[in-house]
Amino acid sequence: MTTTAKPSSMPFSVKFAQFWTLIKPLQTGLLLATGVAGYMSAHGTVDLALLLVMSASLFLSISGSTIMNMWHDHDIDAKMKRTKKRPAASGELTRAEVFTVGMAITTLGVGWAVAIDPLYGVVVFAGWFFDVVVYTLWLKRRTCWSILWGGISGAMPILAGRVLAVGEIEIIGLLLAAAVLFWIPTHTLTFSIKFADDYNAAGVPTFPSTYGLDTTRAVIALSSIIAAASIGVAGVMIGVQAGVMRLLVVLSSGLLLLSFATVFRPSERVNFSLFKYASLYMLISMILLSV
Amino acid sequence: MKMTSIDRLLLLLMGLLAGYQVAVGIDGLGTVPITAYTIGFGVLLVAGLLMVILGFEVLDSPIVVIVSTIIPLSISLGLVWEHLASYRTSYLLFTLIGFAAVSFTRSLPIKNKLPTIIIAIVHGVAGMTIFLLPSILAANGTMNPLFALVGLGGAMIGLGGLLLSFLKAGKPIVPRETILKILPGLLMLMTACFVAGFKFG
Repeated sequence: MTTTAKPSSMPFSVKFAQFWTLIKPLQTGLLLATGVAGYMSAHGTVDLALLLVMSASLFLSISGSTIMNMWHDHDIDAKMKRTKKRPAASGELTRAEVFTVGMAITTLGVGWAVAIDPLYGVVVFAGWFFDVVVYTLWLKRRTCWSILWGGISGAMPILAGRVLAVGEIEIIGLLLAAAVLFWIPTHTLTFSIKFADDYNAAGVPTFPSTYGLDTTRAVIALSSIIAAASIGVAGVMIGVQAGVMRLLVVLSSGLLLLSFATVFRPSERVNFSLFKYASLYMLISMILLSV
Repeated sequence: MKMTSIDRLLLLLMGLLAGYQVAVGIDGLGTVPITAYTIGFGVLLVAGLLMVILGFEVLDSPIVVIVSTIIPLSISLGLVWEHLASYRTSYLLFTLIGFAAVSFTRSLPIKNKLPTIIIAIVHGVAGMTIFLLPSILAANGTMNPLFALVGLGGAMIGLGGLLLSFLKAGKPIVPRETILKILPGLLMLMTACFVAGFKFG
């Protein structure tokens, strides 16, 4: 007979590792990268200290919202093969400690953001609010359109970074936010196709279960195209160098090619390729807009 | 055949070099060469990324033959436009007609040898142009001797194109496994030669 240590009696290192998985480090890292790119896109004098505290506050706020999402969705995560081993779903961490840590990190992150700059703090808080309250608590179990609000939330870090750099919410910041907003369906809808059985088992409404596969693929392709167009227009308005613009056009062409393949030669492989390429595309674009 | 980590690294390096060439390496040239090189190196970049993501299976797609024609055609067009002013229009026409012919013959179920002949002519002329033009310009002192590296890249693209074409035609010169084993390294070296040749030549 095997025994498992009670959650509260686990050593700190084990707990830390569990909370680390709870914040989805890759996703959080990518969103943080968009925030840094938003700041750098202003191409002003880079205040390294400000960039550092911005990154820290953003990291904490994004992590806080992800933990809160895990806290609330522990029951549906437990029903899905892909997510049932998450510490909050498997019971390795108690709901109370997940909630406590989630709220503590959130308070620290958002509070720090407001202290750095009130407008920046408001945008960071908006990201948290849209993710936790609107997407997770209110809409996720009711409608497949919840992903729109999840997407808006995901678009806030880049807008926040831009706002901190330029001091206002302006068209370039909104375009950059739109690029992330329309990139997110490529991610979430691909997952909802690949893990359709999981979502059905958990009773979470998704685009494929509501509108069918063809429509979902068309939405993925269209949103990828809009994301690429938003990045292109933002690049022009930022005034990136001609060489960087050429590179953006080349990479966008690859995205368009895969988007068309998704619609006209649909397969799970093409779909997943678009998902992977789009992630790489977003990361490279963020770097290019920053240089 | 499964792609190894080394293969992925080599392809990623190739993508980085191609990306560098698109972003930095062709600055200051005319509109047509910039467009031609952007297309050529851009296709290399995207192809490298897709191979990293999808593995060697991406080579099974019928579109590979058409796409792989774009690379030598566009790079050779850029070279001709820059260094053989009197052949600009005729070579541009050859490029456009050649690409259309390859796309057309590869898209239709043609049973005779026409598609193979077309691709041999198009690849042959474009490959020889990339190999010979920089080599001659470097040899006669018109360009820096290191410009010959572009010619070396041309030789490699010719070899790679030949191996892939025969593989796609179902008559591989060497076993498929061997081709796939050397392909990432060959593509990376080829791109490195192009980038170095353009930069230092």
